[in-house]
Parts: sequence; structure tokens; C-alpha cells
Amino acid sequence: MTSGTISAQITDYAHRADPYPLYAELRKQPVRREDDGTYLVSTYYEVRSLANDPRLSNDTSNRPPGYARPGQPAEETGLPPSFIFTDPPVHDRLRGTINRPFGPPHSPRFLDGLRGELAKVVTELLDAFEGKDQVDVVEDFAYPLPVTAICRVLGVPREDEPRFHVWADVLASSLDPRSGDDDGPEKAQRARQELGAYLSDLIETKRRHPGPGMLSALAPDMTPADLEATAVLLLVAGHETTVNAITNTTLTLLRHPDVLERFQKDPDLAVPIIEEVLRYEPPVQFVPWTTALADIDVAGTTIPKGSPVWLMLAAANRDPRRFEDPDRFDPDRKDNEHLGFYTGIHYCFGAPLARIELHLAVPELFRRVKFSRLIEDPPPYRANAVLRGPRQLPVAIEGLTA
Amino acid sequence: MSADTDVEVLRRQGRIVVVGASLAGLRAAETLREKGFTGSLTMIGDELYEPYDRPPLSKQALLGRARPEDTALPRRRDIDAEWRLGVAAADLDRDAKQVRLVNGDTVPYDRLLITTGTRARPWFHPEEAALDGVFVLRTRDDSARLYRKLTGGVRRVLVIGAGFTGSEVASACREHGLEVTVAERGPAPLVGALGGVIGAVADRLQRKHGVDLRCGVSVTALEGGDVGRLRRAHLSDGSVIDVEVAVVSLGAMRNTEWLAGSGVAAGPRGIACDAGCRVFDVNGIVTDDIYAAGDVARSPHPLFDYQFLALEHWGNAVEQAEIAAHNMICAGPDRRPHLWLPMFWSSQFGVNIKSVGVPSLGGQLVVAQGTLAEERFVAVYGYRGRVIAAVSFDGAKWLGFYEQQIASGAPFPPEYRSVDRRSETLQPIESAFPDPHLPTHGPTITLTGHSPSERRVTFVPSHA
Repeated sequence: MTSGTISAQITDYAHRADPYPLYAELRKQPVRREDDGTYLVSTYYEVRSLANDPRLSNDTSNRPPGYARPGQPAEETGLPPSFIFTDPPVHDRLRGTINRPFGPPHSPRFLDGLRGELAKVVTELLDAFEGKDQVDVVEDFAYPLPVTAICRVLGVPREDEPRFHVWADVLASSLDPRSGDDDGPEKAQRARQELGAYLSDLIETKRRHPGPGMLSALAPDMTPADLEATAVLLLVAGHETTVNAITNTTLTLLRHPDVLERFQKDPDLAVPIIEEVLRYEPPVQFVPWTTALADIDVAGTTIPKGSPVWLMLAAANRDPRRFEDPDRFDPDRKDNEHLGFYTGIHYCFGAPLARIELHLAVPELFRRVKFSRLIEDPPPYRANAVLRGPRQLPVAIEGLTA
Repeated sequence: MSADTDVEVLRRQGRIVVVGASLAGLRAAETLREKGFTGSLTMIGDELYEPYDRPPLSKQALLGRARPEDTALPRRRDIDAEWRLGVAAADLDRDAKQVRLVNGDTVPYDRLLITTGTRARPWFHPEEAALDGVFVLRTRDDSARLYRKLTGGVRRVLVIGAGFTGSEVASACREHGLEVTVAERGPAPLVGALGGVIGAVADRLQRKHGVDLRCGVSVTALEGGDVGRLRRAHLSDGSVIDVEVAVVSLGAMRNTEWLAGSGVAAGPRGIACDAGCRVFDVNGIVTDDIYAAGDVARSPHPLFDYQFLALEHWGNAVEQAEIAAHNMICAGPDRRPHLWLPMFWSSQFGVNIKSVGVPSLGGQLVVAQGTLAEERFVAVYGYRGRVIAAVSFDGAKWLGFYEQQIASGAPFPPEYRSVDRRSETLQPIESAFPDPHLPTHGPTITLTGHSPSERRVTFVPSHA
């Protein structure tokens, strides 16, 4: 295996169902230079320290020309970059503003207040399993819940979902650094523009007639363009990530019947199970959009100024120097400080919402549904290497309890 | 019998006594049990309560968001100890290897851990200190009493001393909508810990939040009314303020008086111990059966010229207690040094302030990220061409990085480009400590490893 091929293999769909042997290979050299000058960082302490390093930028405009490729399509959409692709002080200002209606200290009860409605959605989705002997966990369960949640959080009409679903999908795919689709950037740009236009109309309406949700709450505090960019980001991020987290948890439990059996007797196991899945099968596998602003010495290698850097979260999560027996799915693991939600100032904004959704969905799914088996293992995966997860998860079921 | 056999016997059936039943004492006890100590364990504390957490007492508890009685420290495990609470240690007899308590009981030990911590420095005039309305803030009871007073219809509060505790109290008072005057002898709040440059930011912050801040003055007298209730305060500039409450925030005193005459190196600056937490005697000879941890311990730190540092920091108490506990029941070669980097935080006027390293050693600083004007920044302190400390206002997430910079002896001023580095901040400026206290020479030293258990010292030859 030559040094230049490993990132291509990671993005290659053939490895999607099980990229972990590649990650193990990668960890042999914690910081690895690819032929095109990209640096892949794959070990726990190194990833964590870089994610907290002020010399690493999320603003892809810091890349030298020719490197713009991953992360974000060229900006001709008229929208400013969303806050995930900005550095402080812009990042801190945007994220700080957005946090006000979303969480503590200003809105401590906002997310908690959604529980009731989301629990109802879970119940309705599971009720619909009645009489079936086969379901697709993605389509029938894992997808509708997060979409409803993000719609509620933002105040976007749930019935518009078929419209923005397509745009969100295209944008999520654009995070993939080497999607193999030559029209990818162009499509993504168009999707961002269209989704932006849709949200811009909606925000305008909210400005005149405020309702529940963050868009109304933020409308007075943000410029239309900033709010539009933020809404695009949150809507997209609310789509693929939690879906994958719920699906990955389901798949992992069905692959570990011993843990599943314990879980069904002890619902409190949900907390460590969910955290362990976030370590073991993180929904965001790596962050390919950071750039070194200065020469950075990491584990004996100097990453030169201007280099694109990929932080391999999923590889770091299975670093044997940090986690004992890391390839084992072990809900009894103590000290499980995984990087499933990243770390540092770009730590997943939606993590508290994602945890609420997972804790509502997973225990109820396994309490009510009697599973018999996975129909396909491994299931078909999405093309995306960054937001990795099954496209479908067909399972045979034997019944439903009330 | 070899020394190692002794350790085995000690682990199985030794008697360990911990004097000081607070954070450090509890964490040490838990660590002892975790590491397989099965002998007898006695916890002695002068307060009536089992160990509780102090940081909320000057913050959430004063705002009524947490009740002082709910700050009991969570237990990591059962420690199976005999608790002697509400009774202070009176003295230490090293020949008989026993601690005598104020009630006359004696408690024998094979290994002794001293975690007696600090207490609030009282107002210098005892009669004035006894006035109704004069408070200090250190214990759970102090906090509960002060909270009741602040919410009991008072109008104006005087805070004496603008260090961290004083500033936090002032912040809480403003949140309660109370008028508050802060009297600080130095030129600005927090100046002793962070220097004049950052002190000026704290100064602006307090005034912006409506604090009547008076720097460069001291309180000369507190005056009571007929019923022994505080009525007014006299300041050194001749001014007089009518106040109903005065909170004396003049720092802490180390609880070492009970060790007088015991022959251990204990005094107002703490108990001297080596990097392994073993206490020195007055001749500078290390004892092998007496250990110290937490606020009361003073130990040499290689990154800071082997100065003996006593750190009144929550994280230090935890880590030092764990190291002390480990070393108490280990054979010599397995012992570990306590090389924690000083770190503390504060929350006041809506700003999270965090510091790592020893800012007071840093004669110069650069604002590495953000700007002082926005009260959102990281300031990096330099000492002899290397980074010695960093302080953040609303930027705590970056401090892990600067901690690494300090531990690896990174050059100062930092010249690399970083996010949020503004051009105005590239030049180092004097950090303006009232008394810089710069030692004259020292090697460059780095700490290695990812966790305290792996931490070792590496000397780096100086090329400068």
C-alpha cells in the first residue's frame, strides 16, 4: 500500500461497510501526508489536540488555490459561509447568537420542552409497525424523527419536507471530499441556493409573523444572510447525522445480541450504549475541511502552513492507546470520552438535541419491537464517507408490544 | 523484613489517618481504596459536614440557584472510613505516631495525610469582625448566612478585597440588584493573580455592571450601631460609606497552627513537601510517613524553577490527593511526582475567566486571540522567552492548547498565526504585576505524557 492511496480508499465506496481496517492501517502513522499535500491525523491524542489548536482553521478560504475541494463548494450562492466553516471571532459571534434560543443559560428549557412531542412521534412511528413482518429502520423510523425534530427546532413546516429533503441530501453529499461526482460542487451550489431561497422566504414570513422555533427567535438578532446560512446548516446537519446515529445504534445492538438482551432487561443501559455507539460507529467519521494556518508539529511530523488537514474521528475513537480493546463494543466501558461529537469550539452544536432524540428513540424501539433478524448484513450504505451510515436497514420483526 | 514487604503489610492492614475532610481528603481516601488499601481509614474534619464542594458557594449558592447543603461532593466509591467530624486536630506527636484531637482523643497512624486546607482571613479587628453584617466566605455555613442576608432586604454591600472571591461576591450582589461598593488596596481587581493589564479589563467589567469600584484604598474601620449591627465603613481616602453588609475577601490562611511544635516544616505559607507529597521536617529531611495535599501543601514545581508552590485550586486538590494516596502505599520506585499545571477558573459579571500556569511569573504578555476591548480573549504570559501562563476571558476552550505550550516550554512571544489573532496584539506588553518577583535563572524544562500517571520531567538544553 503506498502512502498516497489511503484517503482514496477511505472515500472509495467499497470500504464503506467496514472502514475500520483502513483506519487501523492509518493509525500506524498518526500523521500521514498524502501525495496531494493533505495530512490525515488518526490517533486520539493528536486529533484531540489539533481540534483544540488555534492554528487550525475551519475557514477553507485559508487553503492555497487548488485545494478548495472538500468541505464547501465555491461560493457563488450569495450566502456567507455557515458558522461551521468560519473561525473566531465570526464563529463565536454567530454560534453565541444562535445558542441563545437553543440552550442554557438563556433558554434552559427549550429542548426539554420538545420531549413530549418527539416521544409522540416515536410512538406513532412504532405504531405503524403493527402487522408488518419487515421494516426498514431508516425509512420507517430513524429518518422521520430527526426531521420532525429539526423542523420543530427551527420552526419549519414539517409538510415541506419532501421539498427540502432533496436539497439537504445533495448538500450532505457535498461534504464528501471525493464523491466521484464531477458535477458535485455545481449541484451542491444549486441546492444551497435553492434551499437558501426557500428558507429566506420562510424567514421573511417569520419576521412578520413570529411563531415558535429558532428562526423566529433569531430573526431580530441576525442579518437575513447570516440567518439563512445558519438555517441551511442546521437543517442539513439535522438530517443525516442523527438518522445515522439511530440506525447505527440499532444495527450495532442487533449485531450484539448479548448486549441487547441485557438492555431489554435494564433500560438504564441506554446511556452507556448510546455513548459507546458514538465512539464505536460515529455518524461523522472525519472532518476533512480544516487547514493549518502555521507550521504545526504533531507527533514528530510538521504539518506545513496551508495544508489541508483531515481529522479522522472514527479512527481516533478506536485508538488502542486511548481505549482498551477499542474494536470491542462494550457498554461497560469506563472513561468513554469519545470524539463522536468532535471537540473544541466546533463541538457539535446539536449534540444535546441528538442525545434527546437517541434517548427517546432507542429504548422505545427495543422495548416495543421484537426483532428476529437483520435481513442484510452489512446493509447497503450511503455513498457518503464523512456522514457514514446505512441507506436502508431492513429487518424482520415478529411483533409489537403496546 | 524488606521495605517492600512493609508496603504490602501497610496496604493490607495499615492504619491511615486523613486530617482534613474536604475535597483533597475525600479524593485521597477514594484513591487509597481504589488502589487496594484494605487497612483502617480515619477521616478527621473540624466541620460537621461530610466533604462538600466550595466553588458554588461564591457563585450559584449566592444567587439561590444551588443550596449550600446540596453541594456535597459526589462519591466515586465507598471508602469504608471511620469519620470523626466536628472535631479538629489539636497536635501531632511524631514519636508516638498519633494525632491528638481537640476533645483529647488520640488517633494512631502508620501513614498520615494532611489536607487541612485554608480558612478565610478574618477582618483584622476582632470587635469589628464580630459586628452583625460582617461576613467572610469560605464554608457552607458562611455561604448560607450570606445568602440569607443578601436576600433579606439590604440595600448596600461593601466588598473588601477584589480578588476572585470578592469579585464573585460583587457580581452576585449586582445580580440581586444590590448596590455594591468594592474596596481594593491594589490598582485594579484581580491584579495580584493576573496583573495590571488584565486587571484593567476586570476594572472595566465591574464598572460596566454598576459596581462602585474604589481602587488604591483600604478600609480602615467598620463601625457598628447601638445593637451591634454594621452601619458604616471608613476608607483610607477619608470617605465614609453607609453599608449594612461587609464581605471580607482578603484571601486565605493555611490551617497549619496545629502542627506547631511537631517538627514538620509547616507555617503560614503551607506545609513543605517534596514533589511526591512527602512532608519535610524542619531540618529539610523528608519524612516517609507524613504526606500533604491540597491548599495546605507547598511543593516544588520544575516548570516554575522548582519554586515551592501552594495552590488554592480545585483541580490541584484532586490531583495532588490522588498522587499522595498513590505514593503513601507504594514502594519507592513506583512513586509518582505531582506535576499538575496550576489551573483555576472564575465566573463573574457573565464572563468565564480561566487561567493555566503561573501568570504572576510572567513579566510580559501578548493577547494571542481576541481583544481586551471585547472582554473575550486569551492572554499569554511569557517568562524568560517561554510561555509560562495563559488567561482567558470567555475562551476557556483554548486553554488546553496553551497548557501544552506551557508544558512543552514553547517560545514566547508566540509567533504563529492562529484563529482570531488581531494585528493590534502582536507586540508583548508589560503585564504590570505590582511585584514581579522574577527569579534570576533556571533551566528550560518540559513535562511529558498524557496523564499524571505518565508525567515525567525532561530537561531541554537551552540554546538561548
